[in-house]
Formats: sequence, structure tokens, C-alpha cells
Amino acid sequence: MSIKPVSLKPISLKPMPLKPMSITLKIFALLVAAALVVPYVPGIIYPIFVMKVMCYGLFACAFNLLLGFTGLVSFAHAAFLGSAGYVTGALMIRFGTHPLGTVTAFTLGVLASALVGLAIGGLAVRRRGIYFAMITLALSQIVYFLAVQFRWTGGEDGLQGIPRGNLFGLLDLSSDTAMYYVTLVLFSIGFLFVYRVVHSPFGQILQAVRENEPRATSLGYDTDRFRLAAFVLSATVAGYAGAMKALVFQLVSLNDVSLHTSTEVVLMTLLGGLGTMFGPLVGATLVVGLQNYLATIGDLVTVVIGLIFIVCVSFFRRGVVGEYLEWRRRRAQRALPAREPATAPSPSHAP
Amino acid sequence: MSDFALVTSGLTKTFGGFTAVKNVDLKVRRHTIHALIGPNGAGKTTFFNLLTKFHKPTAGSIVFESTDITAESPAATARRGLVRSFQISATFPHLTVKDNVRVALQRKLGTQYHFWKSSRSLDVLDDAAMRLLADVGLADAAAINAADLSYGRKRTLEIATTLALDPPFMLLDEPTQGMAIDDVDRIKKLIKRVAVGRTVLMVEHNMSVVADISDTITVLQRGEILAEGPYAQVSNDPAVKAAYLGGGHA
Ligand SMILES: Nc1ncnc2c1ncn2[C@@H]1O[C@H](COP(=O)(O)OP(=O)(O)OP(=O)(O)O)[C@@H](O)[C@H]1O
Ligand SMILES: [Mg+2]
Repeated sequence: MSIKPVSLKPISLKPMPLKPMSITLKIFALLVAAALVVPYVPGIIYPIFVMKVMCYGLFACAFNLLLGFTGLVSFAHAAFLGSAGYVTGALMIRFGTHPLGTVTAFTLGVLASALVGLAIGGLAVRRRGIYFAMITLALSQIVYFLAVQFRWTGGEDGLQGIPRGNLFGLLDLSSDTAMYYVTLVLFSIGFLFVYRVVHSPFGQILQAVRENEPRATSLGYDTDRFRLAAFVLSATVAGYAGAMKALVFQLVSLNDVSLHTSTEVVLMTLLGGLGTMFGPLVGATLVVGLQNYLATIGDLVTVVIGLIFIVCVSFFRRGVVGEYLEWRRRRAQRALPAREPATAPSPSHAP
Repeated sequence: MSDFALVTSGLTKTFGGFTAVKNVDLKVRRHTIHALIGPNGAGKTTFFNLLTKFHKPTAGSIVFESTDITAESPAATARRGLVRSFQISATFPHLTVKDNVRVALQRKLGTQYHFWKSSRSLDVLDDAAMRLLADVGLADAAAINAADLSYGRKRTLEIATTLALDPPFMLLDEPTQGMAIDDVDRIKKLIKRVAVGRTVLMVEHNMSVVADISDTITVLQRGEILAEGPYAQVSNDPAVKAAYLGGGHA
């Protein structure tokens, strides 16, 4: 279920062991099966809530793909979520009734976020740590500024009443149930895509770069290009979540491209478990759930979530899923015979 | 084609006002083992960093197999076949021993950017990886994480990973440093064996290793070449003896 070792510098996480792939997919299949019945039990759980969780969950998976597997902290992910949302929304408002309108608007929205990702990543990826984070922050502020300035983005008002359109003139998406199942399919594709990237030949090199960059370089891998590729993939999936969100909520606002959204996704990912497949989903569910169920206390939600975050980084630094996996790993290790002892102190691996 | 695989001319590196490598003209004859020795801080690792482009030279040039590679990127130089190991053990600690080797083998497959393929597509490399591990005596450790290997076996894994690229030119930075005597002997034999058909430039402090397997020795002191030649000649050089007594290193 866990996949790659991660360590975020200030919160210093221990890497987790590789598990058989199939477990993740089995759990995911169970989740999807459970999600299938949601529209039939609106009294227990609202489909609209689950759709929101799927949008933000995938958004967090995208963020995790970057931070968990390259160690890069981006504050630009709202820019990807938002730019795809704006492009999809603006196109739907104009061509929403066309049989291919929804598919085209969605695709072009995702493409837009990939291009924004290429532009921001191309400028930022040679930097590390705080410098990288600051460049992504600055560039995402430019995207925010443009969203305020452009007319097609609706400026301060954003885009409202975005039509959902239809699929090939066959399936009308204005019904919440139809939209729900389409969202579930899109979400599953997105999640499996992230899973595949992590478990691909590319993902293998990404992990090697993360583990020991000079060594990866000395084997002939251009580490900056791998980081850029990961950045663009992450931006693309974030945009995919943004395009989904624009259709589901029929609304794109400045909040979607704001720093607030960029930090929220950091929180979701860390809360759930960085570098795990399900952590971002759990984190997104917690945050979205708290926002929904505590909506009555207004702005205090932010304070509550902030406090939970502090508790999390103080006591469960690996996040919910990360701590669970670590607990299982320890238990398994105790059951195992002792491993080959290190005879000499091994110095840190990177010069 | 010249007899030399690698030629540096006037290679110099300064850090601030300090010159770590000074005007080094070195020629490494193809298909030989060439040892680079010298007291601590002589600039040996810095010289390696220059050759592999981890540092930009302040002055001078590097010609590898008749191509000037002075301005190339480190990864491009590695792809050319000039592959280094590190003074501090350099493995991928949380990958298994087999996967460490596979990461190197993967480059030949050309799928390093294929994010849409299953990592099972890498299984075709397993046989080659296991053969390499068996060759260096690590087959029994294939499934454990590199981090869990003993120090000596980590260094062995490093050599196996380097060999996986089948590089025509290997740069080894103190391959036997910190090893127990048995391990030193094993690594020495391994280097001798894999050097067939390749060029090896190695930094080594252990004089028994240097004496036994190197064809040529270059002595570096304070960034400059002090002496060069076969072991018998270099070890009797009064300047070298003085440097080692003065440098306090044997
Ligand atoms: N990045 C750097 N910045 C500043 N000085 C450096 C740097 N790298 C090396 N030096 C200095 O250059 C000199 C040569 O160092 P180098 O590591 O090349 O020596 P060495 O011959 O490999 O020594 P050892 O036998 O201890 O490994 C040392 O004085 C070192 O402090
Ligand atoms: Mg050194």
C-alpha cells in the first residue's frame, strides 16, 4: 500500500518499504465499489460531498506525486487547479451544448494546466528547497493576477453557472447522479494514472534521484529533466482535478488559484500521509469533511484545521496513513529474523 | 586513435582563493589501471569531480577519446562512458540490491521517461542484474535493501552498479577505504578482473592495492603532479617519500 520512501526535510520522515502493488489496487477497488452505492443512500452520505472529496483527493494525489516522490515543495498547485478550471469553464459557457463540448473543454483545460506547469516548472526546477518553493509561489501569484485581470475568467466574480453539458450527446450531465458516476470514473482514471506513474520505469528513476541524486547523475540520468517531467505530470493531474471540479460545482473562483488553496493541499497531503497512495485521499476527506461539518462555526474552521495540523506534525508526522503503515512495518519487522548487520558505521550516502 | 583514453591539459580548480587542483596534465593510457595517490587534501576527489563534471574547471581542458568534454553536463559525460564511483559509499539505500543494479541497467532500455508503462516492464533486466550480482558475490543479498548491507558489501554493490553500465572508463574513488582486510583483497581482485578491456583511474590510499594492480601511478600533492610512473619508480622517488612523511599519510 505504501510505495516510495519519502523525507520532507523539516518534518524528516522515515521511508516506507515497497509493498506488493496489488494491495493498493484491491483497496482502491473496494473504495470504488463503496462509492458506487453512494447515490442510493443520500441519507447517510451526500453524493455532492463525495464528489468534492474526489476532486480534492485527486488534487492532493497530484501534489503528493511531486512532494512525496521528488521532495519538491510547490506553492503553485492552485495555479494548475485553477487554470484548468478557468479554461474548462470558459469553454463550457461558450460551447457547452455541443455533443463534444464537455470532452473538448475538459481536455483543453487539462492541457492548459500542463502548459502552465511546464512554464512554472521550467523556471523553478533548477532551484532546490526554499528557493524552489518561493519561485513557484511568485509565479503562481502571476497566474492569480492574470485571473483577476482577464475578462474571460470573470475577474473578481469568477465563472458561475458553468453548464456541465453532455457526453457525445448521449449522456446529459446536468443530473447529479450522472455527474456523480462520471466523476467517479474520472477520479478512478486519475488515481490509477498517478499509481502507474509511481510504479513505472520513470517512477523508478525518480525514486533513485530522490534517494541519491549524485549517484543518479553519475549513472547518466539528467536529474533536472526528471524533476521537470514529474512537475509537469503533477501539474497535469492537478489540472485534471480542477477541470473535474469546474464541471461538478459549475463554478470557478479566484479562491481556486489562490495561495490559500495551494497551502490547503499541502495540509491535506501531510495530514493523510506523504508519499503514500491513500494518504492524500484520507487527508482530503478529513479537511473537506471538517469544512463541511463545521461550516456553522465559520472562519473558526481554519483555526480548528490548523490545530489538527499542529497535532499531526507533532505526534503523527507521517500522517494518518503513514503512521498506520509504519506501525505495520514495525510489527512485521519484529516477526522477522534479524537482518544482515552493518559491520561498519555507514556514512550518509550523498556527498 | 591515440593510446590515451583521457587527457587533461592545464586542469585547474580554485575555490575562492584556494587552488585545489593546479595545472594538471594527466594522460591515462587506454586499457590500463592508473592510480592517483597523494596525501589527504591533495585534490584527488576534486580532480575526479572535474573529470565527471561535478565541478566546472577554472581553467584547462578535458579530452575523452578525442572529444573535448570540458563543457559537457555530468549526465552527458556519464552517458559517454566515463563513469565514477564515490569516495563515500553511494547506493540507493531504500532500493533493494537488485533494484540498485537495475536502475543502472535501465538506461540501456531507454524507457527512463516512460511514465505510462508498468514497472514490470523492467523485469526483463532481472537476469542481467542477477548475473552481475552473482559475479561480484552479492546474489544472496539481492532482495534486501542496500541500506542493510555491510559497509564492504555496499562498496561492492557500487562497483556492480557501475559495471552494469558496462563503461569503457571507470573512475573509482578509494574503492577499499574503510574496509576489512579480506574485503580489500576481494575488491582488489574484482577491480583487476573487471579492468580487462576497460580503462580504470582510481584513487587509492592502500599501497598494497596500488602496488599490486596499477600499471601507472600519479602522485598528486597540493593540487599538483609530483611524480608519475610505475610503482617501483614512484615509490623510490625522494620527493614522494618526503611528501608522504611530511603529509603524515601512508
Ligand atoms: N567544494 C569545495 N569548496 C571548497 N573547498 C573544497 C571543496 N572541495 C574540496 N575542497 C578543498 O580542496 C582540497 C582538496 O580536497 P579533495 O577532497 O580533492 O582532496 P583528496 O585528495 O580527495 O583528499 P582525501 O584523501 O582526504 O580524500 C581540500 O583542501 C578541500 O578542503
Ligand atoms: Mg578524496
